[in-house]
Amino acid sequence: MAALEEEFTLSSVVLSAGPEGLLGVEQSDKTDQFLVTDSGRTVILYKVSDQKPLGSWSVKQGQIITCPAVCNFQTGEYVVVHDNKVLRIWNNEDVNLDKVFKATLSAEVYRILSVQGTEPLVLFKEGAVRGLEALLADPQQKIETVISDEEVIKWTKFFVVFRHPVLIFITEKHGNYFAYVQMFNSRILTKYTLLLGQDENSVIKSFTASVDRKFISLMSLSSDGCIYETLIPIRPADPGKNQSLVKSLLLKAVVSGNARNGVALTALDQDHVAVLGSPLAASKECLSVWNIKFQTLQTSKELPQGTSGQLWYYGEHLFMLHGKSLTVIPYKCEVSSLAGALGKLKHSQDPGTHVVSHFVNWETPQGCGLGFQNSEQSRRILRRRKIEVSLQPEVPPSKQLLSTIMKDSEKHIEVEVRKFLALKQTPDFHTVIGDTVTGLLERCKAEPSFYPRNCLMQLIQTHVLSYSLCPDLMEIALKKKDVQLLQLCLQQFPDIPESVTCACLKIFLSIGDDSLQETDVNMESVFDYSINSVHDEKMEEQTEILQNGFNPEEDKCNNCDQELNKKPQDETKESTSCPVVQKRAALLNAILHSAYSETFLLPHLKDIPAQHITLFLKYLYFLYLKCSENATMTLPGIHPPTLNQIMDWICLLLDANFTVVVMMPEAKRLLINLYKLVKSQISVYSELNKIEVSFRELQKLNQEKNNRGLYSIEVLELF
Amino acid sequence: RSTSGAEPESARARGAGAERGEHREGERGAAGIRCVAYNNQSNRLAVSRTDGTVEIYNLSANYFQEKFFPGHESRATEALCWAEGQRLFSAGLNGEIMEYDLQALNIKYAMDAFGGPIWSMAASPSGSQLLVGCEDGSVKLFQITPDKIQFERNFDRQKSRILSLSWHPSGTHIAAGSIDYISVFDVKSGSAVHKMIVDRQYMGVSKRKCIVWGVAFLSDGTIISVDSAGKVQFWDSATGTLVKSHLIANADVQSIAVADQEDSFVVGTAEGTVFHFQLVPVTSNSSEKQWVRTKPFQHHTHDVRTVAHSPTALISGGTDTHLVFRPLMEKVQVKNYDAALRKITFPHRCLISCSKKRQLLLFQFAHHLELWRLGSTVATGKNGDTLPLSKNADHLLHLKTKGPENIICSCISPCGSWIAYSTVSRFFLYRLNYEHDNISLKRVSKMPAFLRSALQILFSEDSTKLFVASNQGALHIVQLSGGSFKHLHAFQPQSGTVEAMCLLAVSPDGNWLAASGTSAGVHVYNVKQLKLHCTVPAYNFPVTAMAIAPNTNNLVIAHSDQQVFEYSIPDKQYTDWSRTVQKQGFHHLWLQRDTPITHISFHPKRPMHILLHDAYMFCIIDKSLPLPNDKTLLYNPFPPTNESDVVRRRTAHAFKISKIYKPLLFMDLLDERTLVAVERPLDDIIAQLPPPIKKKKFGT
Repeated sequence: MAALEEEFTLSSVVLSAGPEGLLGVEQSDKTDQFLVTDSGRTVILYKVSDQKPLGSWSVKQGQIITCPAVCNFQTGEYVVVHDNKVLRIWNNEDVNLDKVFKATLSAEVYRILSVQGTEPLVLFKEGAVRGLEALLADPQQKIETVISDEEVIKWTKFFVVFRHPVLIFITEKHGNYFAYVQMFNSRILTKYTLLLGQDENSVIKSFTASVDRKFISLMSLSSDGCIYETLIPIRPADPGKNQSLVKSLLLKAVVSGNARNGVALTALDQDHVAVLGSPLAASKECLSVWNIKFQTLQTSKELPQGTSGQLWYYGEHLFMLHGKSLTVIPYKCEVSSLAGALGKLKHSQDPGTHVVSHFVNWETPQGCGLGFQNSEQSRRILRRRKIEVSLQPEVPPSKQLLSTIMKDSEKHIEVEVRKFLALKQTPDFHTVIGDTVTGLLERCKAEPSFYPRNCLMQLIQTHVLSYSLCPDLMEIALKKKDVQLLQLCLQQFPDIPESVTCACLKIFLSIGDDSLQETDVNMESVFDYSINSVHDEKMEEQTEILQNGFNPEEDKCNNCDQELNKKPQDETKESTSCPVVQKRAALLNAILHSAYSETFLLPHLKDIPAQHITLFLKYLYFLYLKCSENATMTLPGIHPPTLNQIMDWICLLLDANFTVVVMMPEAKRLLINLYKLVKSQISVYSELNKIEVSFRELQKLNQEKNNRGLYSIEVLELF
Repeated sequence: RSTSGAEPESARARGAGAERGEHREGERGAAGIRCVAYNNQSNRLAVSRTDGTVEIYNLSANYFQEKFFPGHESRATEALCWAEGQRLFSAGLNGEIMEYDLQALNIKYAMDAFGGPIWSMAASPSGSQLLVGCEDGSVKLFQITPDKIQFERNFDRQKSRILSLSWHPSGTHIAAGSIDYISVFDVKSGSAVHKMIVDRQYMGVSKRKCIVWGVAFLSDGTIISVDSAGKVQFWDSATGTLVKSHLIANADVQSIAVADQEDSFVVGTAEGTVFHFQLVPVTSNSSEKQWVRTKPFQHHTHDVRTVAHSPTALISGGTDTHLVFRPLMEKVQVKNYDAALRKITFPHRCLISCSKKRQLLLFQFAHHLELWRLGSTVATGKNGDTLPLSKNADHLLHLKTKGPENIICSCISPCGSWIAYSTVSRFFLYRLNYEHDNISLKRVSKMPAFLRSALQILFSEDSTKLFVASNQGALHIVQLSGGSFKHLHAFQPQSGTVEAMCLLAVSPDGNWLAASGTSAGVHVYNVKQLKLHCTVPAYNFPVTAMAIAPNTNNLVIAHSDQQVFEYSIPDKQYTDWSRTVQKQGFHHLWLQRDTPITHISFHPKRPMHILLHDAYMFCIIDKSLPLPNDKTLLYNPFPPTNESDVVRRRTAHAFKISKIYKPLLFMDLLDERTLVAVERPLDDIIAQLPPPIKKKKFGT
């Protein structure tokens, strides 16, 4: 299936293209390098894969290039003609065109034609043809006139057929077209008259030709917008005679007949042609690829900035002047089949064309590796990869997985994902996982009912995903209020933005207890506080006091304290029972563990309703009390929040919402408790400051004990 | 004190009582680092200390301190710079500009700038001009001529001292930091173009003065200043306006250095912190860049007085005497040992000599010598025991130098009856007499003129000859007998070289003398025939220590790249063992040590052993055992005695390393059973420094 790939611009520099566009684009002896001749004075050598010019040559002011530069494939030199008669030959090392080889010819040159494997030919305006070598041997030799007066060469092409160079050129005289075919080796020139057929008024706008064993297939684009084909035999039956050729209609109404701009036609291969021009209805110009066998439009691309009506095709690249810049569109054509041509082939994605992955796999070196260190390693990996490739079936499992994602049912996908994960980790494991998740999420967005939760969970647990790889994942989970998935994301992703963390927090605080019961939340970070809360009750208060090195009774607290003392039972009860259910606690712990930056988090925290803030604060305060129960100031459990995390979040919440919380009657006791807590902290630190000096003295004493003194004699056993 | 154990045949039977003496630094304390100057061309770093000492470190030769110029009491160096490629200049509070002769290792000349104490100096980008900033507010321009410097002119006089100077890379303008303001001068006219007042405010409180400790002029016209209010500020020199200000410290920011590419710079603060600033794009792939404080480093406890920026590392030095090299990881291509942080604290030469016969140690300080007699014990013990002393170590002698110059080198003779030392201008030789516990000291007067200044002094094993390496490159041999001396011979340097010899080694039989300079190879002289015997093939890295083994007369040479060679003097070739070692190569961990070997000695009864040490370990190389390869454990802890012989033999290799004593300044074998080691605990050095800026640990 023919396809046009993403275009790119070769030169940002505006070429001095005249109204007729460029003079020509020709191949050079190196693949990927092309000679571009503008209609002024300059020849530029471009390297297409690098999208940059390698060299540029200009003729002197006042001179003008009249024939596009070509490469002599036999010598690697470049040949150009300026001022119709002056021939220049140079190579890459030359800087100035004035100083290179020069030959002044006796007649005006129409084109120099050069193809791989043979010497270049020079076609003169009068129709004579010479080999370049023969011409250079005697530049001033007499050039005969082949075509009649007022006959003008319109187009020419040079083929090598069975190692024989064949030159074809088309001339026009008073609306009649003639084709000349020159067998260069046998020096046979055959002239044909092209019969225009039914519409005598039409003008041929563009020619192209392809060749097979017996015929040159000359295709022409007429002003009526149709493509006609004329078959010209390579070996004429009767060379001497003037013969007529009939054209047959190949494609109808490909382009609009009365196009303002030029149209162009290029044969891409036996079955495909590229047509440049405005399609019938649209006014914008278009590059379209037609399959002439099935007469179908394969692909097309709009060129809104207009073209010069010129089109060149070499290798896999189409060249054209789009707007003011030289544009290259890579063209790929797979073997076409009827099914493909009719659009019935199953693969939406061409199996041959490689999909460029959005995910970079950092574990395998990326081409531009870091110097010599990597070289060996990369070679090793390459070799390993090769082996793997050779062992694997033709369709890699990753590809299979991706195709499954797009169509199959959730259950089937789950099986496939599990199968893939069970495989040994391949070098492109990261990229496949990334692609899979993106594929799944795209489908989720497209089909609201599609939500492959188990799959996503499995993929997240591979530890290779991060928020920035698939921002949609958490968005969808938030929309679905899937707290379990959110918890998993919070645990696994290192780079969750604060706004998303906050959105998660909102959901965790607002979700109903009953809906929480149904979920299967990871309870690792939560310890069942309710079990030992009963017998801890008494001890707790004491330890707290001892821990902090100060006694609240001593503290001359204001009336708020007295108020508190009025209902001491209430207080103990509140501080010992967890204010949230276990599952919610686990979710909140995931929030506590996540990374954040204060400045970015604070504005989002303001959006959380005050009731939820109070609840969260109560929970945090509860955690703090639990923390201070033991000497190491840690919570029991496998992966509990640390004291620092708890304190930081208390501060953050209060910073963000103090004005709101302070107005709430139900938060009053909590605030008083927190106030007491801060007060106790301050006194602890002031005490620490006081004893710092004593500590230092102790340290000094300790050092002296270890010190071996100014002089000592020791026994040392040596080996 | 025998500790001989189960295996009489093994080497460990020697197990000696190691005696540890610790010497204290003198009354002046260790000398902090005042300035550093990095020379990109030769990859060398010049360092000046507060006592006026200037040291040259060769960063290519494993950061070895290859040269030094002794200090002087009246010379407080305030500025140091390289100019004209490899020429080194310093200026100080005595008002003089000095140039150093890096070949002969002396001061070429000193020139008074007549502007009072000099606070700052900068060489022009072309290297042909020198600018100094003086106490009286003048900025003076000097032209550097091939052999001297020449005063050219004064710039507009400012009203207070010029503390910092920086040239614009084009050489057309300079920035000068003073008290409370920065001036920009036009070099051509010498007039001040701009005067930029620095804010005195410090955390809202107005300080008395704001001292601009450092300025840096970038090619785009930006001036970066650092000041005593803890600010790093960016100024636009074209308009004289403040562009940006970073408050980075609660104390002075004392130094700044900019990379050659001007994409990063480093500042040092009085809190001991070094901050790295980098020019980074505002957003990824945008061309707009801004200066961002990227990394803080805290390798110092005290003021960072000076910083330098080499292409691959940040260099800082300060009052705490450490010289720190912090490699920039993004500039280091290979993650090898060069990418590791380096902290140089101890001198790379040996300042202690020992009289084996009388068990004396001579300690060399900047301005005095101390002679100690080692204590003794009658007790015995097992491995690891500290024995009770029957007699403590005695401080026998405290010899103060006359004059303001620092001591360059000193030596005590093996018999203990001679002490020699030298300063830049004088050579001293003393005769000691021991009568029971009394010591009498007599100076040998009338030193000949050629013995004015010595770089290295050495006595022969029998104490009858004195070898002196003078700074003119000559080696003198002096015969000592009774209380008098006689000049025997002088080996003159090879014609055309003026390179000074820094290291000497004499063979125990007194026949051979080896001498090594800073870069050329090691020369071996025949003392009996008084002629040059041979020259050891030249090696790329400087020699850090060498010694000649008894009986075999093998010369063992340690180089700064941690290679050790053994060269047979009689055969004039490397020994087979040395060739084997070179063929197999040293263990990679051995090559990765970052302090040089400073002393080599031999055991008289065990010819296969070489004892050497650096600051953090000592090692006995047993040439009879197989060499370790990279797979074996280099720091092989002492094999447990309960292991079978087979296991012990299998794990044994030639390098027996112990890290018990560190930092180790000196270690030598006193007799067959006794080692003496001198440790210099870091805490003692720090204890003598002025207290650092106090930081609160707790509290709000």
